[in-house]
Amino acid sequence: MSGHEFESYFPESGGVDYADTSTNIDELTIGELRELASRYPQARSALLPMLHLVQSVDGRISPKGIEVCADILGISTAQVSGVATFYTMYHRRPAGKHHIGVCTTALCAVMGGDILLDEVGKKLGINEGETTPDGMFSLERVECNAACDFAPIMMVNWEFMDNMTPAKASDILDKLAAGREVRSTRGATITSLAEAERVLAGFDDGRADEGPAAGPASLVGLQIAQDQKWSAPKPEATK
Amino acid sequence: MTDTLTPVLTANWGDKAPWKIAEYEKQGGYDALRKALTMTQDEVMNAVKDSGLRGRGGAGFPTGMKWSFVPQSNPNPKYLVVNGDESEPGTCKDIPLMMATPHTLVEGVIIASYAIRAHHAFIYIRGEVLHVHRRMQQAVRDAYAKGYLGKNILGSGYDLDVVVHAGAGAYICGEETALLDSLEGRRGQPRLRPPFPAVAGLYASPTVVNNVESIASVPSIIANGPAWFASMGTEKSKGYGIYSLSGHVTNPGQYEAPLGITLRELIKLAGGMRNGHELKFFTPGGSSTQILTKEHLDLPLDFDSVAAAGSLLGTRALQIFDETTSVVRTTLRWIEFYKHESCGKCTPCREGNWWLVQMLKKFEAGHASEGDLDKMLDVASNIGGRSFCALADGAVACLQSAVKEFRSEFEAGTHTPAWELFPYEKSALFAASERTAVAASHTSLSTSEAGEGAEEDAKVTAPPPLLNARDADEVVVAEAEAAGDIPTQLNEVFEPKTNDEGGRA
Repeated sequence: MSGHEFESYFPESGGVDYADTSTNIDELTIGELRELASRYPQARSALLPMLHLVQSVDGRISPKGIEVCADILGISTAQVSGVATFYTMYHRRPAGKHHIGVCTTALCAVMGGDILLDEVGKKLGINEGETTPDGMFSLERVECNAACDFAPIMMVNWEFMDNMTPAKASDILDKLAAGREVRSTRGATITSLAEAERVLAGFDDGRADEGPAAGPASLVGLQIAQDQKWSAPKPEATK
Repeated sequence: MTDTLTPVLTANWGDKAPWKIAEYEKQGGYDALRKALTMTQDEVMNAVKDSGLRGRGGAGFPTGMKWSFVPQSNPNPKYLVVNGDESEPGTCKDIPLMMATPHTLVEGVIIASYAIRAHHAFIYIRGEVLHVHRRMQQAVRDAYAKGYLGKNILGSGYDLDVVVHAGAGAYICGEETALLDSLEGRRGQPRLRPPFPAVAGLYASPTVVNNVESIASVPSIIANGPAWFASMGTEKSKGYGIYSLSGHVTNPGQYEAPLGITLRELIKLAGGMRNGHELKFFTPGGSSTQILTKEHLDLPLDFDSVAAAGSLLGTRALQIFDETTSVVRTTLRWIEFYKHESCGKCTPCREGNWWLVQMLKKFEAGHASEGDLDKMLDVASNIGGRSFCALADGAVACLQSAVKEFRSEFEAGTHTPAWELFPYEKSALFAASERTAVAASHTSLSTSEAGEGAEEDAKVTAPPPLLNARDADEVVVAEAEAAGDIPTQLNEVFEPKTNDEGGRA
């Protein structure tokens, strides 16, 4: 091996999985997809939220979902699948009920994210990109999730699990597997990837008031300023 | 003399429920909007111009000037698009802002839209932050209910509709033209400029794309006046900004200060480097900005001073690494990020970053050959400046500056693996002892289940190849076993955070 052999640049590419035609999309879903399309000055702008809704209903980007989106927006199925396969949040095959992301971009990796991903994978018995046979968990190595001051971080259904350690992650996974309540450190009670995707599509789940305003790291500067009585100048003093 | 820290955007993050509209109104929320609606659009625009506010998303372009580029003679609708696709490695300020005080952003959106005469605005937020979407969606709903959005806002005759939009996982959509393509329901790929979005942006109409923090700063400028804003910061970098410290400091987090604060001051506020360690290198504004070292501790972190030092202020995302960190490993992981996030449109970026990753892996493993370093720099020089957008330039900046500052570490990659020079456990926050305990329990589990085909199973479940620490870890396990101190209970050995003695429980 010289290390220069050809390797596919997009190992996960291959488009939508047309071998699996199962779907849960019904008239209600189609109505909701139409509603999303109506929220924008030009309907096609709704495509990303619509695909989030497809994923919420079908657990993945299904052939039926592609077809319905194309039909509603008046574009080709190739245009829809071209978009679906570009973005990493859209899955070709069903993700788990709970989708686990571990950040391994440089800073999280260095702070322990590599170890964390390794441990979570071993705990679940799967590699990144895979789903457990019971459909309960899927695992993904995520790129920087904008929580570097809480590194290393893990995401569960795109909710923050800050300052993670292998022991804390193990505990969270045990609780989720047992169907017990788990709360995000900066978010709501964990529901499921399907319910999360529905919110991302733009449908309220009534949980906005759950969780704190901010995590501890978000407040360190403010705390010091309050202790030191530091503040921005009074407007009168700058007139 | 301005105070060291000046919380404005972060001032209410510690309140009980600052995301609720009633709480925001109690703090004087939407008063700036009322004031703005009594001013002409040009007066609002000029106030932002006079404040000296420069874009907080990285490029530092004057916000008011960007607004003034919108050609009002163009008959098409005008649009405001807020860039909430916060994904630059190290950047973590907009997410907490939208989570804690979403109405600050909504109020800024209304004022900015009024100034550029837009009747439609979009808040594009990366998809991977569920709770931020809940809070922003609720804030927009409540603003409609209170008459701050919709038709005839507060009786002014001005109409505005706002949509909160979810991305779906693509760093490149933080680039403004890629974001616009994405918002049009396409693959997020940058456009060739000109035309700039101000002339032909969303739906080929005049569009302003601004960062979350830039727009959230607008209400304070209108409420307190441009002179107030300009009284903070430096001559050419006015106002306050959120500095995000992450990595090997005692208290990582958000520090809102006048532009021009130094890293030495910030590290002091953050309680110093983690126990017993010293600064090795840092990024001033995310991984796309050239890394700096301890000789830059007293550099004022404003746009011009950082540029003069050969880097960029970027998003003030200070990722701080101590002496336990391998520069080669860190650079590899950044370049892997750029490789993963390259949209594939421009060949030098798409192929070049792939090649850089292959080469950096050899350096990390200690397998690089003589001449590989020059070859890698040559590849890098063929990526930078040869692509549509700045993603490629960011990747190259990161690599070139790492080699410039730490050449000897790359040279060592011809004979010694990075994980031998810098045992990776030592950089991690949690005690390596915790890991060895978990690893030991897994080992026993897999042994008991071993049967036919176990070898193949082991192959399938082997950790991804980048986890080279595995070998080192096995050594640690063996040593710990020999010393008879493999702990049996995780909870006994786990100490939250910063047990950096690592490896030798």
